[in-house]
Amino acid sequence: MLKLLKHIGLYFIMMKKVISVPEKPKAFKKQFVLELEKIGLQSIGIVLFISFFVGGVVSIQTALNLQNPLLPTYLIGLASRDSLILEFSPTMISLILAGKVGSSIASEIGSMRVSEQIDALEIMGVNSASFLILPKIIASMFFFPCLVILSMAIGMIGAWVGGLSVDVTTSDFLYGLQYEFVPFYVTYAIIKTLFFAFLVSSISSYFGYHSKGGAISVGKSSTEAVVYSSIFILVFNFILTKIILA
Amino acid sequence: MIEIQNIHKRFDNNKVLKNISCIFNEGQTNLIIGESGSGKTTLIKILVGLYKHDYGSVLFHGQDVGKMKTKQTRKLRQEIGMLFQGGALYDYMTVEENIMFPLTMFTSKNEQEMIDRVNFCLKRVNLENKNELMPSELSGGMKKRVAIARAIVMQPKYLFCDEPNSGLDPKTAIVIDNLIKEITEEYNITTIINTHDMNSVMQIGEKIAFIHKGELWWEGRKEEIIKSKNDELTNFVFASDLFNRLRTS
Repeated sequence: MLKLLKHIGLYFIMMKKVISVPEKPKAFKKQFVLELEKIGLQSIGIVLFISFFVGGVVSIQTALNLQNPLLPTYLIGLASRDSLILEFSPTMISLILAGKVGSSIASEIGSMRVSEQIDALEIMGVNSASFLILPKIIASMFFFPCLVILSMAIGMIGAWVGGLSVDVTTSDFLYGLQYEFVPFYVTYAIIKTLFFAFLVSSISSYFGYHSKGGAISVGKSSTEAVVYSSIFILVFNFILTKIILA
Repeated sequence: MIEIQNIHKRFDNNKVLKNISCIFNEGQTNLIIGESGSGKTTLIKILVGLYKHDYGSVLFHGQDVGKMKTKQTRKLRQEIGMLFQGGALYDYMTVEENIMFPLTMFTSKNEQEMIDRVNFCLKRVNLENKNELMPSELSGGMKKRVAIARAIVMQPKYLFCDEPNSGLDPKTAIVIDNLIKEITEEYNITTIINTHDMNSVMQIGEKIAFIHKGELWWEGRKEEIIKSKNDELTNFVFASDLFNRLRTS
Protein backbone atom coordinates (compact mmCIF):
# COMPACT_ATOMS: atom_id res chain seq x y z
CA MET A 1 0.00 0.00 0.00
CA LEU A 2 2.82 2.38 0.95
CA LYS A 3 4.58 1.54 -2.29
CA LEU A 4 1.43 2.38 -4.27
CA LEU A 5 1.05 5.70 -2.46
CA LYS A 6 4.73 6.44 -3.15
CA HIS A 7 4.19 5.77 -6.87
CA ILE A 8 1.09 7.98 -6.95
CA GLY A 9 2.94 10.77 -5.13
CA LEU A 10 5.96 10.56 -7.43
CA TYR A 11 3.67 10.49 -10.49
CA PHE A 12 1.96 13.73 -9.47
CA ILE A 13 5.27 15.39 -8.55
CA MET A 14 6.56 14.48 -12.01
CA MET A 15 3.38 15.72 -13.69
CA LYS A 16 3.71 19.04 -11.85
CA LYS A 17 7.15 19.41 -13.43
CA VAL A 18 5.85 18.26 -16.83
CA ILE A 19 2.98 20.70 -17.04
CA SER A 20 4.87 23.95 -17.42
CA VAL A 21 5.27 26.46 -20.18
CA PRO A 22 8.07 25.23 -22.50
CA GLU A 23 11.25 27.24 -21.93
CA LYS A 24 12.08 27.52 -25.61
CA PRO A 25 9.05 27.18 -27.92
CA LYS A 26 11.37 26.41 -30.84
CA ALA A 27 12.98 23.49 -29.00
CA PHE A 28 9.55 22.25 -27.93
CA LYS A 29 8.28 22.38 -31.52
CA LYS A 30 11.27 20.35 -32.69
CA GLN A 31 10.71 17.71 -30.01
CA PHE A 32 6.98 17.65 -30.76
CA VAL A 33 7.56 16.97 -34.46
CA LEU A 34 10.02 14.18 -33.57
CA GLU A 35 7.46 12.61 -31.26
CA LEU A 36 4.68 12.88 -33.84
CA GLU A 37 6.81 10.78 -36.12
CA LYS A 38 7.81 8.22 -33.47
CA ILE A 39 4.46 7.92 -31.74
CA GLY A 40 2.08 8.56 -34.61
CA LEU A 41 3.45 7.93 -38.06
CA GLN A 42 5.36 4.81 -37.07
CA SER A 43 2.19 3.30 -35.60
CA ILE A 44 0.01 3.69 -38.67
CA GLY A 45 1.07 0.38 -40.24
CA ILE A 46 0.24 -1.81 -37.25
CA VAL A 47 -3.06 0.03 -36.65
CA LEU A 48 -4.15 -0.47 -40.27
CA PHE A 49 -3.15 -4.14 -40.29
CA ILE A 50 -4.88 -5.05 -37.03
CA SER A 51 -8.01 -2.98 -37.75
CA PHE A 52 -8.55 -4.53 -41.18
CA PHE A 53 -8.36 -8.11 -39.95
CA VAL A 54 -10.26 -7.57 -36.72
CA GLY A 55 -12.99 -5.75 -38.70
CA GLY A 56 -13.22 -8.78 -41.00
CA VAL A 57 -13.39 -11.23 -38.10
CA VAL A 58 -16.06 -9.14 -36.32
CA SER A 59 -18.35 -9.22 -39.37
CA ILE A 60 -17.82 -12.98 -39.98
CA GLN A 61 -18.55 -13.80 -36.32
CA THR A 62 -21.59 -11.51 -36.31
CA ALA A 63 -22.87 -13.18 -39.49
CA LEU A 64 -22.49 -16.63 -37.91
CA ASN A 65 -24.43 -15.50 -34.83
CA LEU A 66 -27.22 -13.96 -36.89
CA GLN A 67 -28.03 -17.00 -39.03
CA ASN A 68 -31.75 -16.60 -38.59
CA PRO A 69 -34.17 -15.91 -41.46
CA LEU A 70 -36.05 -13.45 -39.25
CA LEU A 71 -32.98 -11.23 -38.80
CA PRO A 72 -32.08 -8.96 -41.71
CA THR A 73 -28.50 -9.28 -43.01
CA TYR A 74 -27.89 -5.54 -42.82
CA LEU A 75 -27.61 -6.05 -39.05
CA ILE A 76 -24.13 -7.43 -39.73
CA GLY A 77 -23.02 -4.01 -40.99
CA LEU A 78 -24.71 -2.28 -38.06
CA ALA A 79 -23.22 -4.61 -35.41
CA SER A 80 -19.75 -4.39 -36.94
CA ARG A 81 -19.98 -0.58 -37.06
CA ASP A 82 -21.01 -0.25 -33.43
CA SER A 83 -18.44 -2.80 -32.19
CA LEU A 84 -15.69 -0.99 -34.04
CA ILE A 85 -16.69 2.56 -33.05
CA LEU A 86 -17.67 1.91 -29.46
CA GLU A 87 -15.08 -0.56 -28.33
CA PHE A 88 -12.58 -2.02 -30.72
CA SER A 89 -11.07 1.12 -32.20
CA PRO A 90 -10.78 3.31 -29.07
CA THR A 91 -10.05 0.66 -26.45
CA MET A 92 -8.33 -2.19 -28.27
CA ILE A 93 -6.20 0.09 -30.41
CA SER A 94 -5.21 2.05 -27.28
CA LEU A 95 -4.22 -1.23 -25.61
CA ILE A 96 -2.14 -2.13 -28.65
CA LEU A 97 -0.57 1.32 -28.63
CA ALA A 98 0.12 0.92 -24.90
CA GLY A 99 2.26 -2.04 -25.92
CA LYS A 100 3.97 -0.39 -28.84
CA VAL A 101 4.22 3.28 -27.87
CA GLY A 102 4.22 2.77 -24.09
CA SER A 103 7.17 0.39 -24.08
CA SER A 104 9.02 2.60 -26.54
CA ILE A 105 8.52 5.71 -24.37
CA ALA A 106 9.51 3.91 -21.16
CA SER A 107 12.62 2.33 -22.65
CA GLU A 108 13.71 5.55 -24.36
CA ILE A 109 13.39 7.68 -21.23
CA GLY A 110 14.71 4.84 -19.06
CA SER A 111 17.84 4.51 -21.21
CA MET A 112 18.34 8.26 -21.00
CA ARG A 113 18.04 8.03 -17.21
CA VAL A 114 20.54 5.20 -16.74
CA SER A 115 23.03 6.69 -19.20
CA GLU A 116 22.88 10.01 -17.27
CA GLN A 117 21.46 11.96 -20.23
CA ILE A 118 18.63 13.22 -18.02
CA ASP A 119 21.17 14.29 -15.37
CA ALA A 120 23.02 16.17 -18.11
CA LEU A 121 19.82 18.06 -18.97
CA GLU A 122 19.19 18.91 -15.32
CA ILE A 123 22.73 20.19 -14.81
CA MET A 124 22.34 22.51 -17.77
CA GLY A 125 19.27 23.94 -16.06
CA VAL A 126 16.73 22.34 -18.41
CA ASN A 127 13.46 21.08 -16.90
CA SER A 128 14.06 17.53 -18.09
CA ALA A 129 10.54 16.28 -17.29
CA SER A 130 8.90 19.02 -19.31
CA PHE A 131 11.44 18.87 -22.13
CA LEU A 132 11.18 15.10 -22.61
CA ILE A 133 7.68 14.19 -21.49
CA LEU A 134 5.40 17.09 -22.46
CA PRO A 135 5.98 16.68 -26.24
CA LYS A 136 5.24 12.94 -25.90
CA ILE A 137 1.97 13.55 -24.06
CA ILE A 138 0.80 16.22 -26.50
CA ALA A 139 1.87 14.20 -29.54
CA SER A 140 0.01 11.16 -28.17
CA MET A 141 -3.14 13.17 -27.45
CA PHE A 142 -2.95 14.61 -30.94
CA PHE A 143 -2.24 11.40 -32.83
CA PHE A 144 -4.10 8.65 -30.93
CA PRO A 145 -7.53 10.03 -32.01
CA CYS A 146 -6.30 10.24 -35.62
CA LEU A 147 -5.19 6.60 -35.43
CA VAL A 148 -8.49 5.58 -33.88
CA ILE A 149 -10.52 7.29 -36.61
CA LEU A 150 -8.30 5.61 -39.20
CA SER A 151 -8.83 2.31 -37.41
CA MET A 152 -12.62 2.77 -37.56
CA ALA A 153 -12.49 3.39 -41.31
CA ILE A 154 -10.14 0.51 -42.10
CA GLY A 155 -12.00 -1.76 -39.67
CA MET A 156 -15.20 -1.14 -41.59
CA ILE A 157 -13.48 -1.95 -44.88
CA GLY A 158 -12.26 -5.18 -43.25
CA ALA A 159 -15.79 -5.86 -42.03
CA TRP A 160 -17.15 -5.33 -45.56
CA VAL A 161 -14.58 -7.78 -46.98
CA GLY A 162 -15.43 -10.24 -44.18
CA GLY A 163 -19.12 -9.76 -44.92
CA LEU A 164 -18.59 -10.51 -48.61
CA SER A 165 -16.92 -13.81 -47.66
CA VAL A 166 -20.10 -14.90 -45.83
CA ASP A 167 -22.44 -13.75 -48.60
CA VAL A 168 -23.51 -10.38 -47.20
CA THR A 169 -24.15 -8.10 -50.15
CA THR A 170 -22.44 -4.73 -50.38
CA SER A 171 -25.74 -2.87 -50.45
CA ASP A 172 -26.96 -4.68 -47.30
CA PHE A 173 -23.70 -4.03 -45.54
CA LEU A 174 -23.69 -0.32 -46.47
CA TYR A 175 -27.33 0.02 -45.43
CA GLY A 176 -26.45 -1.52 -42.05
CA LEU A 177 -23.47 0.80 -41.66
CA GLN A 178 -25.74 3.84 -42.05
CA TYR A 179 -28.76 2.45 -40.22
CA GLU A 180 -29.58 4.51 -37.08
CA PHE A 181 -26.10 5.89 -36.91
CA VAL A 182 -25.47 7.93 -33.75
CA PRO A 183 -22.70 10.47 -34.44
CA PHE A 184 -22.17 10.94 -30.69
CA TYR A 185 -20.63 7.46 -30.56
CA VAL A 186 -17.67 8.81 -32.50
CA THR A 187 -17.37 11.74 -30.07
CA TYR A 188 -17.52 9.26 -27.18
CA ALA A 189 -14.76 7.18 -28.80
CA ILE A 190 -12.56 10.25 -29.24
CA ILE A 191 -13.10 11.40 -25.66
CA LYS A 192 -12.09 7.94 -24.43
CA THR A 193 -9.05 7.92 -26.72
CA LEU A 194 -7.86 11.30 -25.43
CA PHE A 195 -7.91 9.92 -21.87
CA PHE A 196 -6.16 6.73 -22.95
CA ALA A 197 -3.49 8.68 -24.86
CA PHE A 198 -2.77 10.75 -21.75
CA LEU A 199 -2.64 7.64 -19.56
CA VAL A 200 -0.35 5.66 -21.88
CA SER A 201 2.13 8.49 -22.46
CA SER A 202 2.25 9.79 -18.88
CA ILE A 203 2.36 6.39 -17.15
CA SER A 204 5.02 5.10 -19.53
CA SER A 205 7.05 8.28 -19.09
CA TYR A 206 6.73 7.92 -15.32
CA PHE A 207 8.20 4.43 -15.31
CA GLY A 208 10.99 5.41 -17.70
CA TYR A 209 11.81 8.60 -15.80
CA HIS A 210 12.14 6.69 -12.52
CA SER A 211 14.33 3.89 -13.87
CA LYS A 212 17.32 3.12 -11.70
CA GLY A 213 20.41 1.05 -12.36
CA GLY A 214 21.08 -0.49 -15.74
CA ALA A 215 19.60 -2.40 -18.65
CA ILE A 216 17.55 -4.74 -16.44
CA SER A 217 15.86 -1.76 -14.83
CA VAL A 218 15.02 -0.31 -18.24
CA GLY A 219 13.45 -3.62 -19.28
CA LYS A 220 11.48 -3.74 -16.01
CA SER A 221 10.27 -0.16 -16.50
CA SER A 222 9.17 -0.98 -20.02
CA THR A 223 7.16 -4.00 -18.83
CA GLU A 224 5.60 -2.05 -15.94
CA ALA A 225 4.69 0.77 -18.32
CA VAL A 226 2.73 -1.61 -20.56
CA VAL A 227 1.08 -3.46 -17.65
CA TYR A 228 -0.02 -0.35 -15.75
CA SER A 229 -1.07 1.54 -18.90
CA SER A 230 -3.26 -1.43 -19.88
CA ILE A 231 -4.78 -1.70 -16.40
CA PHE A 232 -5.58 2.01 -16.30
CA ILE A 233 -7.03 1.93 -19.82
CA LEU A 234 -9.43 -0.84 -18.82
CA VAL A 235 -10.41 0.86 -15.54
CA PHE A 236 -10.95 4.24 -17.21
CA ASN A 237 -12.83 2.54 -20.06
CA PHE A 238 -15.36 1.31 -17.52
CA ILE A 239 -15.55 4.65 -15.68
CA LEU A 240 -15.86 6.76 -18.85
CA THR A 241 -18.44 4.46 -20.40
CA LYS A 242 -20.50 4.67 -17.22
CA ILE A 243 -20.23 8.46 -17.12
CA ILE A 244 -20.73 9.19 -20.82
CA LEU A 245 -23.05 6.50 -22.10
CA ALA A 246 -25.02 5.19 -19.12
CA MET B 1 35.91 29.09 -5.03
CA ILE B 2 33.60 26.26 -4.03
CA GLU B 3 33.25 25.36 -0.39
CA ILE B 4 31.38 22.52 1.24
CA GLN B 5 30.63 22.58 4.95
CA ASN B 6 29.60 19.61 7.10
CA ILE B 7 27.94 17.68 4.31
CA HIS B 8 25.95 14.62 5.35
CA LYS B 9 24.08 12.31 3.03
CA ARG B 10 22.33 9.01 3.57
CA PHE B 11 20.35 6.71 1.29
CA ASP B 12 17.80 4.86 3.43
CA ASN B 13 19.90 3.50 6.30
CA ASN B 14 23.19 3.75 4.46
CA LYS B 15 25.28 6.77 5.50
CA VAL B 16 27.19 7.66 2.35
CA LEU B 17 28.80 10.95 3.36
CA LYS B 18 29.68 11.93 6.89
CA ASN B 19 30.49 15.49 7.86
CA ILE B 20 32.57 16.47 4.84
CA SER B 21 34.03 19.97 4.72
CA CYS B 22 36.42 21.04 2.02
CA ILE B 23 37.45 24.00 -0.12
CA PHE B 24 38.04 23.65 -3.86
CA ASN B 25 40.39 26.27 -5.20
CA GLU B 26 39.46 28.67 -7.96
CA GLY B 27 41.13 28.24 -11.35
CA GLN B 28 42.71 24.96 -10.32
CA THR B 29 42.29 21.27 -10.99
CA ASN B 30 40.84 19.86 -7.79
CA LEU B 31 40.69 16.08 -7.48
CA ILE B 32 38.42 14.01 -5.30
CA ILE B 33 39.98 10.59 -4.95
CA GLY B 34 38.93 7.42 -3.18
CA GLU B 35 38.06 3.79 -3.66
CA SER B 36 34.93 2.68 -5.50
CA GLY B 37 31.96 3.12 -3.17
CA SER B 38 33.69 5.71 -1.00
CA GLY B 39 31.09 8.41 -1.83
CA LYS B 40 32.95 10.40 -4.50
CA THR B 41 30.15 10.32 -7.07
CA THR B 42 27.54 11.19 -4.43
CA LEU B 43 29.66 14.18 -3.39
CA ILE B 44 30.08 15.44 -6.94
CA LYS B 45 26.34 14.99 -7.58
CA ILE B 46 25.61 17.04 -4.45
CA LEU B 47 27.99 19.73 -5.70
CA VAL B 48 26.20 20.02 -9.05
CA GLY B 49 22.77 19.84 -7.42
CA LEU B 50 21.65 16.43 -8.70
CA TYR B 51 21.34 15.12 -5.12
CA LYS B 52 20.16 17.08 -2.13
CA HIS B 53 22.34 16.78 0.96
CA ASP B 54 20.69 15.98 4.29
CA TYR B 55 22.74 18.47 6.26
CA GLY B 56 25.42 21.08 5.60
CA SER B 57 26.05 23.74 2.97
CA VAL B 58 27.45 24.03 -0.52
CA LEU B 59 28.82 27.49 -1.24
CA PHE B 60 29.66 28.84 -4.69
CA HIS B 61 31.60 32.08 -4.16
CA GLY B 62 30.17 32.33 -0.68
CA GLN B 63 26.57 31.85 -1.78
CA ASP B 64 24.73 28.93 -0.25
CA VAL B 65 23.17 26.90 -3.08
CA GLY B 66 20.49 25.58 -0.73
CA LYS B 67 19.26 29.12 -0.05
CA MET B 68 19.27 30.27 -3.66
CA LYS B 69 16.03 31.10 -5.45
CA THR B 70 15.06 29.03 -8.50
CA LYS B 71 16.17 31.79 -10.87
CA GLN B 72 19.58 32.02 -9.20
CA THR B 73 20.00 28.24 -9.25
CA ARG B 74 19.19 28.12 -12.96
CA LYS B 75 21.69 30.89 -13.64
CA LEU B 76 24.33 29.05 -11.63
CA ARG B 77 23.66 25.84 -13.53
CA GLN B 78 24.38 27.60 -16.78
CA GLU B 79 27.82 28.40 -15.36
CA ILE B 80 28.46 24.71 -14.73
CA GLY B 81 29.80 22.23 -17.24
CA MET B 82 29.81 18.55 -16.46
CA LEU B 83 31.60 15.63 -17.99
CA PHE B 84 29.88 12.35 -17.12
CA GLN B 85 31.49 8.95 -16.80
CA GLY B 86 29.89 7.65 -20.01
CA GLY B 87 29.79 11.00 -21.79
CA ALA B 88 25.96 11.25 -21.52
CA LEU B 89 25.65 12.44 -25.11
CA TYR B 90 22.11 12.55 -26.50
CA ASP B 91 21.79 9.46 -28.68
CA TYR B 92 19.39 10.96 -31.19
CA MET B 93 21.45 14.08 -31.86
CA THR B 94 24.54 14.49 -34.01
CA VAL B 95 27.82 15.70 -32.51
CA GLU B 96 26.99 19.23 -33.66
CA GLU B 97 23.46 19.14 -32.23
CA ASN B 98 24.77 17.78 -28.92
CA ILE B 99 27.23 20.63 -28.51
CA MET B 100 24.79 23.21 -29.81
CA PHE B 101 22.01 22.10 -27.47
CA PRO B 102 22.87 24.37 -24.48
CA LEU B 103 23.23 27.31 -26.87
CA THR B 104 19.78 26.73 -28.37
CA MET B 105 18.24 26.45 -24.91
CA PHE B 106 19.89 29.37 -23.16
CA THR B 107 21.20 31.90 -25.65
CA SER B 108 19.72 34.06 -28.35
CA LYS B 109 22.56 33.45 -30.79
CA ASN B 110 21.60 32.96 -34.42
CA GLU B 111 22.26 29.71 -36.28
CA GLN B 112 25.60 30.84 -37.77
CA GLU B 113 26.91 32.14 -34.44
CA MET B 114 26.04 28.83 -32.82
CA ILE B 115 27.72 26.81 -35.57
CA ASP B 116 30.83 28.97 -35.24
CA ARG B 117 30.94 28.37 -31.51
CA VAL B 118 30.42 24.61 -31.98
CA ASN B 119 33.23 24.47 -34.53
CA PHE B 120 35.50 26.41 -32.18
CA CYS B 121 34.81 23.95 -29.36
CA LEU B 122 35.27 20.95 -31.65
CA LYS B 123 38.59 22.36 -32.80
CA ARG B 124 39.60 22.88 -29.19
CA VAL B 125 39.08 19.18 -28.46
CA ASN B 126 40.73 18.15 -31.74
CA LEU B 127 37.57 16.83 -33.37
CA GLU B 128 37.24 19.08 -36.38
CA ASN B 129 34.84 18.02 -39.13
CA LYS B 130 33.09 15.43 -36.98
CA ASN B 131 29.94 17.58 -36.77
CA GLU B 132 27.60 15.18 -38.53
CA LEU B 133 28.58 11.96 -36.75
CA MET B 134 26.16 10.30 -34.35
CA PRO B 135 27.37 9.35 -30.83
CA SER B 136 27.09 5.66 -31.76
CA GLU B 137 29.77 6.24 -34.43
CA LEU B 138 32.29 7.61 -31.93
CA SER B 139 34.96 5.78 -29.92
CA GLY B 140 35.02 6.09 -26.11
CA GLY B 141 37.72 8.76 -26.20
CA MET B 142 35.92 10.75 -28.89
CA LYS B 143 32.68 10.63 -26.88
CA LYS B 144 34.53 12.07 -23.89
CA ARG B 145 35.99 14.83 -26.06
CA VAL B 146 32.57 15.71 -27.48
CA ALA B 147 31.25 15.77 -23.92
CA ILE B 148 34.07 18.15 -22.98
CA ALA B 149 33.20 20.34 -25.97
CA ARG B 150 29.56 20.39 -24.85
CA ALA B 151 30.62 21.20 -21.28
CA ILE B 152 32.69 24.21 -22.35
CA VAL B 153 30.38 25.56 -25.07
CA MET B 154 28.67 27.95 -22.62
CA GLN B 155 32.04 29.11 -21.25
CA PRO B 156 31.44 27.73 -17.77
CA LYS B 157 33.07 28.96 -14.59
CA TYR B 158 33.02 25.50 -13.08
CA LEU B 159 33.79 22.15 -14.68
CA PHE B 160 32.89 18.89 -12.96
CA CYS B 161 34.20 15.57 -14.25
CA ASP B 162 33.02 12.21 -12.99
CA GLU B 163 35.69 9.61 -13.65
CA PRO B 164 36.76 11.11 -16.98
CA ASN B 165 39.22 8.27 -17.67
CA SER B 166 37.06 5.28 -16.93
CA GLY B 167 36.96 2.80 -19.79
CA LEU B 168 39.77 4.48 -21.72
CA ASP B 169 43.15 3.09 -22.71
CA PRO B 170 46.12 4.73 -20.92
CA LYS B 171 47.13 6.82 -23.94
CA THR B 172 43.63 8.24 -24.51
CA ALA B 173 43.28 8.76 -20.76
CA ILE B 174 46.35 11.00 -20.84
CA VAL B 175 44.91 12.94 -23.80
CA ILE B 176 41.67 13.56 -21.86
CA ASP B 177 43.57 14.51 -18.69
CA ASN B 178 45.75 16.99 -20.56
CA LEU B 179 42.74 18.45 -22.33
CA ILE B 180 40.94 19.06 -19.04
CA LYS B 181 44.05 20.59 -17.53
CA GLU B 182 44.64 22.87 -20.53
CA ILE B 183 41.01 24.02 -20.59
CA THR B 184 41.10 24.72 -16.85
CA GLU B 185 44.14 26.95 -17.25
CA GLU B 186 43.07 28.54 -20.52
CA TYR B 187 39.64 29.68 -19.32
CA ASN B 188 40.49 29.96 -15.61
CA ILE B 189 37.82 27.41 -14.72
CA THR B 190 37.44 25.85 -11.30
CA THR B 191 37.60 22.16 -12.12
CA ILE B 192 36.63 19.32 -9.82
CA ILE B 193 37.48 15.81 -10.97
CA ASN B 194 36.33 12.66 -9.36
CA THR B 195 38.79 9.82 -10.02
CA HIS B 196 40.55 6.76 -8.74
CA ASP B 197 43.15 6.89 -11.49
CA MET B 198 46.52 7.60 -9.89
CA ASN B 199 48.04 8.67 -13.19
CA SER B 200 45.55 11.54 -13.26
CA VAL B 201 46.42 12.46 -9.69
CA MET B 202 50.11 12.68 -10.50
CA GLN B 203 49.66 14.30 -13.88
CA ILE B 204 47.02 16.99 -13.45
CA GLY B 205 46.08 17.13 -9.77
CA GLU B 206 46.69 20.33 -7.86
CA LYS B 207 44.42 20.19 -4.84
CA ILE B 208 43.60 16.62 -3.72
CA ALA B 209 40.80 15.51 -1.39
CA PHE B 210 40.84 11.87 -0.30
CA ILE B 211 37.55 10.32 0.71
CA HIS B 212 37.42 7.04 2.56
CA LYS B 213 34.23 5.32 3.75
CA GLY B 214 32.26 8.53 3.28
CA GLU B 215 34.63 10.71 5.28
CA LEU B 216 37.28 13.20 4.24
CA TRP B 217 40.51 11.60 5.43
CA TRP B 218 43.05 13.88 3.87
CA GLU B 219 43.36 17.01 1.77
CA GLY B 220 46.38 18.81 0.44
CA ARG B 221 48.59 19.34 -2.56
CA LYS B 222 49.76 16.54 -4.83
CA GLU B 223 53.38 16.93 -3.68
CA GLU B 224 52.34 16.38 -0.08
CA ILE B 225 50.94 12.90 -0.72
CA ILE B 226 54.36 11.25 -0.69
CA LYS B 227 55.22 12.73 2.69
CA SER B 228 51.82 11.98 4.14
CA LYS B 229 51.63 9.77 7.20
CA ASN B 230 48.01 8.93 6.53
CA ASP B 231 48.06 5.14 6.09
CA GLU B 232 44.72 4.91 4.31
CA LEU B 233 45.85 7.51 1.78
CA THR B 234 49.24 5.97 1.11
CA ASN B 235 47.74 2.46 0.91
CA PHE B 236 45.28 3.75 -1.69
CA VAL B 237 47.66 5.89 -3.73
CA PHE B 238 50.53 3.42 -3.71
CA ALA B 239 48.43 0.29 -4.08
CA SER B 240 49.95 -0.44 -7.47
CA ASP B 241 53.37 -1.99 -7.59
CA LEU B 242 54.59 0.62 -10.06
CA PHE B 243 53.68 3.57 -7.86
CA ASN B 244 55.13 1.84 -4.84
CA ARG B 245 58.44 1.35 -6.60
CA LEU B 246 58.42 4.96 -7.72
CA ARG B 247 57.81 6.06 -4.16
CA THR B 248 60.65 4.03 -2.71
CA SER B 249 63.02 5.11 -5.47
